[in-house]
Amino acid sequence: MSILVNKDTRVIVQGFTGSQATLHSEQAIEYGTNIVGGITPGKGGQTHLGKPVFDTMDEAVKSVQPNASLIFVPAPFCKDSILEAAESGIELIVCITEGVPTLDMLDVKKRVDELGLTLIGPNCPGLITPGEAKLGIMPASIHMQGSIGIISRSGTLTYEAVKQTTELGFGQSSCVGIGGDPIPGSSFIDILELFENDPQTEAIVMVGEIGGTAEEDAAEFIKYNVSKPVISYIAGQTAPAGKRMGHAGAIIAGGKGTAADKISKLKECGVYVADNLTEIGSTVAKAINK
Amino acid sequence: MNLHEFQGKELFAQYGLPVSNSKVIYEAEDAQKACRDIGGSKWVVKAQVHAGGRGKAGGVQLVDTPEDAISFAKKWLGKRLVTYQTDEKGQLVNSVLIEECTDIAEELYLSAVVDRDSQRVVFIGSSEGGVNIEEVAKNSPEKIIYEPIDPLCGAQGFQARKIAKVLKLNNEQTKQFTPMLKNLMKLFIEKDLSLLEINPLVITSGGLLHCLDAKINIDSNAIYRQPEIAEMHDPSQEDPRESEAAKNDLSYVSLDGNIGCMVNGAGLAMGTMDTIKYFGGNPANFLDVGGTATQERVSKAFKIILDDPEVKVVLVNIFGGIVRCDLIAEGVLAAIEEVGVEIPVVVRLEGNNADLGAEILSKANIKIESINNLGDAAKKAVELAK
Repeated sequence: MSILVNKDTRVIVQGFTGSQATLHSEQAIEYGTNIVGGITPGKGGQTHLGKPVFDTMDEAVKSVQPNASLIFVPAPFCKDSILEAAESGIELIVCITEGVPTLDMLDVKKRVDELGLTLIGPNCPGLITPGEAKLGIMPASIHMQGSIGIISRSGTLTYEAVKQTTELGFGQSSCVGIGGDPIPGSSFIDILELFENDPQTEAIVMVGEIGGTAEEDAAEFIKYNVSKPVISYIAGQTAPAGKRMGHAGAIIAGGKGTAADKISKLKECGVYVADNLTEIGSTVAKAINK
Repeated sequence: MNLHEFQGKELFAQYGLPVSNSKVIYEAEDAQKACRDIGGSKWVVKAQVHAGGRGKAGGVQLVDTPEDAISFAKKWLGKRLVTYQTDEKGQLVNSVLIEECTDIAEELYLSAVVDRDSQRVVFIGSSEGGVNIEEVAKNSPEKIIYEPIDPLCGAQGFQARKIAKVLKLNNEQTKQFTPMLKNLMKLFIEKDLSLLEINPLVITSGGLLHCLDAKINIDSNAIYRQPEIAEMHDPSQEDPRESEAAKNDLSYVSLDGNIGCMVNGAGLAMGTMDTIKYFGGNPANFLDVGGTATQERVSKAFKIILDDPEVKVVLVNIFGGIVRCDLIAEGVLAAIEEVGVEIPVVVRLEGNNADLGAEILSKANIKIESINNLGDAAKKAVELAK
């Protein structure tokens, strides 16, 4: 078992023929991901990486029956692409693109929620179920099939958590990057719930950062709804207030969203907090062996 | 991206919101003509900087002769205004707003933000204006209303009436407020705002609502579709290294330590800063060099980091995902040669071909410490910075 994706997931890539999409689709196919085709308006009828290209999602759905979409289109077109996938009934939509205007996401999120679909991202590395399927831009080599579920707001920090859990021999059930934007398609809570119900997952690593109250909300949820050990690391303990730290969502505004607040709330709700980035793996070991 | 008060008020005027008659001046001698054009016998002169707390810092003044307006402009134009919201260097004043004087009966508060929890644009109103809203929220939360607006329906009349009750508006003022709220929401959406704040929104002695201040932030991700707003960008209000980084598509934030950091990924960049602090050092900056750490980008990043004279050592922390570490190592070496880095550099490469990358670095003729473990690399940087 795993969450959201496995080797049977039928993936369609939106913005398929672009350079980033090509690079990452190639690696995903090599990893064993079942990519059934792609969409690039104006290039329908061509073949790319040995897969059919369609002009519209409607045609793709009729022809290759995808149930997940991976989006690489430029930020100005993400709203259109996410809604195209959503209105075509694609159940899982993963948007990698960084820089999507926040107000576009307000509309998109409302519609996706109405339709009861899952959106991951934008501004995220995507998700992977080691040994089965990779829908994203993460380096496959550091992953190992195993028992730890990983959720993160940051790309390279996810890789740190993955690497440390691989080195200690735990491996990962699935890893989900929910992205660093203020309005993410899925929250920590959405993914925590999936990991709680996944028999393969024995413990969950949640990598957070400054800004907003997603970690505090997740802490409250964990306290009452998650029986598995949860290990957390929060980045940005030294970040100054009022400055956007790279990610659009990573900003301490009006005294809210500090790392200290998040860490104390997490601890209060029974979450194991790694004091330092280099101690995520050892904190997992401590939590599991308790 | 932040706007100046006068730019915010220009937008307010475009959307039919009540603002004072005013003129912006960039030269002190223009103050006299500005006062005459506005008319009246009293004016408010306001230094334009991207920071709050101007009044207490002497950046806002009531004058009753055009000559006083001139001397205010002479005093501030070209100088830096230090407020509790700026650093000790302050912000450069390159324009002054001259406004007709408004007689104030009441000061209220109104703002709108994109609220992450409700995933809506939320209007925040309070009968307590002209003060720090966070204080009001803490001490008397009952005086504040939060009203979320549905993105597809827009602001409705009932929502304006609901907010008006908390603002304690009378019937006439409520009638004036209803189109104001709808127009503010329209402005928020059409111009891609991330924050809008009117503090204070006042009731004049004539009993009318009036926007006395305007603070507007625009979503940086949406600037591409806001050409009119992009024109309003004032780089003089930003840290020069931060603007230079932004031009090169790098995220950089200046801090006050002495260990320069170059990292790929925003989260890892913050994590690296924290690790330095954990081992007793102080980071000089946040810098995300991006997913593809090419020689060109690394060179630019080095130049920006080294422009800070406080920096004693640079810690490079790259998690090579898709990009191979041996290629990154070569890029880092070439960049160091190109830029002529003379201070010690500690490099931690992880991921694809990390060993090969470390080997390339250790064979180089430049002073580089190649350390594969992040904790050890951070400790080394801290030691070298002492």
